[in-house]
Amino acid sequence: MDLFNVFSKKNKNSKNIAKERLKLVLVHDRSDLSPKFLEMVKGDMIRVIEEYAEIDEEGLDIKLTRMKRESDDMPVSALVANIPIIKMKDNIK
Amino acid sequence: MGKAIVITSGKGGVGKTTATANIGTGLAMLGYKVVVVDTDIGLRNLDVVMGLENRIVYDIVDVVEKNCRLKQGLIRDKRFQGLFLLPAAQTKDKTAVKPEQMLELVNELKEEFDYIIIDSPAGIEQGFQNSIAGADEAYIVTTPEISAVRDADRVIGLLEAKGMTNPKVIVNRIRLDMVKRGNMMNVEDIIDILAVDLLGVVPDDEAIVISTNKGEPVVSEENPMSSKAFRNICRRITGEEVELLDLEDGEGKFTKLIKLLFS
Repeated sequence: MDLFNVFSKKNKNSKNIAKERLKLVLVHDRSDLSPKFLEMVKGDMIRVIEEYAEIDEEGLDIKLTRMKRESDDMPVSALVANIPIIKMKDNIK
Repeated sequence: MGKAIVITSGKGGVGKTTATANIGTGLAMLGYKVVVVDTDIGLRNLDVVMGLENRIVYDIVDVVEKNCRLKQGLIRDKRFQGLFLLPAAQTKDKTAVKPEQMLELVNELKEEFDYIIIDSPAGIEQGFQNSIAGADEAYIVTTPEISAVRDADRVIGLLEAKGMTNPKVIVNRIRLDMVKRGNMMNVEDIIDILAVDLLGVVPDDEAIVISTNKGEPVVSEENPMSSKAFRNICRRITGEEVELLDLEDGEGKFTKLIKLLFS
């Protein structure tokens, strides 16, 4: 382990590490979603968005995560997509 | 008509049997008629934790197979009136009892007892399915570790699929010193993640080991923190509103004095 990290604040709290790891593993446990599903969603999303914009396929990232619903603070699974747009297509403007 | 409660966890070694013995004993101390049922067939242990291992004649398999009457299978506790144990069989396996038989057994017990506390085996296979078959409510025991909380989450999902919504959680073996240093998940973290109600918090306590050595559940002792925690849990089960135990109370007066002097 990096010597400097040992003393950094972030690493001090192993409970936060535990919490983050636990949240992530539970998202997968709860959803029953396979990596194949994510790949399929990714492919479809690229196809749809490419009709309107030129996107950076390499930088595209889709993941399943957990967050609190705004209306009532209940924990929900959410599909979060980060899609870098290079430029919009001319015919849309 | 009594209430049947299953104590379960998914993961092994988190304190299901200890919780069952202490909740059963604690409720009996409050004057209720209680039976604790061991469904961990092949790996029975509730008998030794209760200190009743020398009194077993018949077991749960004998009862469901009708080799004996229900009354003959029940072992009277050596100290508390109104407290009984129905032990698991040690030489059979989990398939020796079917969920339908379990449901019938629990319904029969509910006519006789106020509370039926069912100790579930680890895992999510048939033994677990048997243990929840007749239960009205489920209490999940977990510890502040990733593996235990993950398994608790899985079990909560399985219970919900069986229509047992709103299980309650007991967080066992909390170490306040580690929580304070940020090296252990605290109760809020765990409840937040599992999104269920909290029934109680039990501190990690040497007194549990000592009481298990003796075969006398810790709840019957006056002073240990874990005993207070289990007594509070029992009162909550009976519908009383009891505040969460202040784990700081466990600090010796001497330590408190030192802290006062140096603060």
